[in-house]
Amino acid sequence: MPVATEIVRTARLRHSLLVRLTHWLTFLAFVALLVTGIEILISHPRFYWGEVGNVNTHPLFTFHIPSSRDSVPTGYGYVLPDQNGWSRYLHFEAAWVLVLTGIVYLAYLVFSGHLRRNLFPARGQRSFRAYAACIGEHIRRIRTSSVELHTYNVLQRSTYLVVIFVLFPLIIWTGLAMSPAVTTAFPFVSSLLGGRQSARTIHLFVTILLVLFLIVHVGMVAVSGFRARMRAMITGKATLPVELAKKELP
Amino acid sequence: MNAVTRRKLLITGSAAIAGAAGLATAARIAEKYGLIPPDHGGLYGAGETLTYACHRVLTLNRPMREFPRSMISTPFVSPYGKLPSAYHASQAHNFADWRLKVDGLVDHQLSLSIADLRALAVRSQITEIACEEGWSYIAEWIGTPLSLVLREAGVKPEARYVAYFSIQDGLWDSLDLPEANHSGTLLTWGMNGGDLPVDYGAPLRLRVPRQIGYKSVKFLTRITVTDSLKRFGETFSSSNPQDRYAWYAGI
Repeated sequence: MPVATEIVRTARLRHSLLVRLTHWLTFLAFVALLVTGIEILISHPRFYWGEVGNVNTHPLFTFHIPSSRDSVPTGYGYVLPDQNGWSRYLHFEAAWVLVLTGIVYLAYLVFSGHLRRNLFPARGQRSFRAYAACIGEHIRRIRTSSVELHTYNVLQRSTYLVVIFVLFPLIIWTGLAMSPAVTTAFPFVSSLLGGRQSARTIHLFVTILLVLFLIVHVGMVAVSGFRARMRAMITGKATLPVELAKKELP
Repeated sequence: MNAVTRRKLLITGSAAIAGAAGLATAARIAEKYGLIPPDHGGLYGAGETLTYACHRVLTLNRPMREFPRSMISTPFVSPYGKLPSAYHASQAHNFADWRLKVDGLVDHQLSLSIADLRALAVRSQITEIACEEGWSYIAEWIGTPLSLVLREAGVKPEARYVAYFSIQDGLWDSLDLPEANHSGTLLTWGMNGGDLPVDYGAPLRLRVPRQIGYKSVKFLTRITVTDSLKRFGETFSSSNPQDRYAWYAGI
């Protein structure tokens, strides 16, 4: 019989309501941004470096895929349906959801102590040895203990910090650096990145990193108990397989 | 009902009322200061309005960004449809008979030749044109600021938008008056030191460098000043109904 049906509920919430809300809003916005971003990309699957770039200039690299516009030479004899109109509308609307959710989440991170307590590596974790030990546990596939039900290990903490404080700010910055109104008013927004086309290329690279994060994140959730982890992120309630609970909880 | 839940109810209730009143006030102020785009309704209206309002507040009064001459790059011809016979007839006369009509909410209707525009003012700007597809190029654009033509015509106080039309059937777009009056918005008849080539919109193209390329309509024949874009049907540009493009393209 699957033990997952027998669970022990712990009194403390695994994730606060605000974390759960912002988590799923960010997820929705991210999916919308990813799908519409791909739609926009296929209208010109060539990438450049610097301020300018077009079919008549040398690309940095090209995706050898069909395009949704016939102005791009792709080598394919057909043109995909053009979805740029609604894709752009939805891309920028979802970007607002992401940014506003991010502001609320950041304020919560700082003022609730969540950042200090749960995201910055804890005192004992700030060493290469701690990283090595954590990686070792993952390699030897040591099961999640009850302690980890209410805390993040050092790899999780570091990854979340990079996603929150490096990747998301970069994806927003590179996005703004493609806006003609923003770059006209504040040229440094794009020139610090090397120009409009550099910003577009970095926007793609950061997207790829965020998708990699999503894959690993969902993968780890699946490995460590998909239903329990999903339940924790939806209802907030931490649960533990009963066999583990008997062993570890008093 | 005990005291705590009553207090909770009172707090929640007054917060809801304050929130609704706040939103209504914000909407009224936003409307007054021109922060609501015409396509504010529908599924994408909220995002569109936030973008437009923020850009209007933060970017409108900033100067135009220009590039050094050394950054002028290889251009690219954005595809355009078939040109009508009237176009070719004018082209045969080197566009000497081409006229830009300015009408609508103006004190004096105008009908200007390219030579008239040239006589009014000559400005050269090195700006980037960026397409929503992702490509871009920098060129020198030579022309007459739209703001000077509008001043010449005398815009009536109730005017809010400028609609502009191509000789190509059904092709048009529109701007709010502040964007139309921005120093970057140029009635362009020259490019990279010469005349504007046909592929780039000869003899007259409206360059709107603070917005994405599709607002820079080629083969311009008419400008109408208006208080409401609804006069032109259900849409606010010809790029909206066919491809659902956002009216404001500063992003």
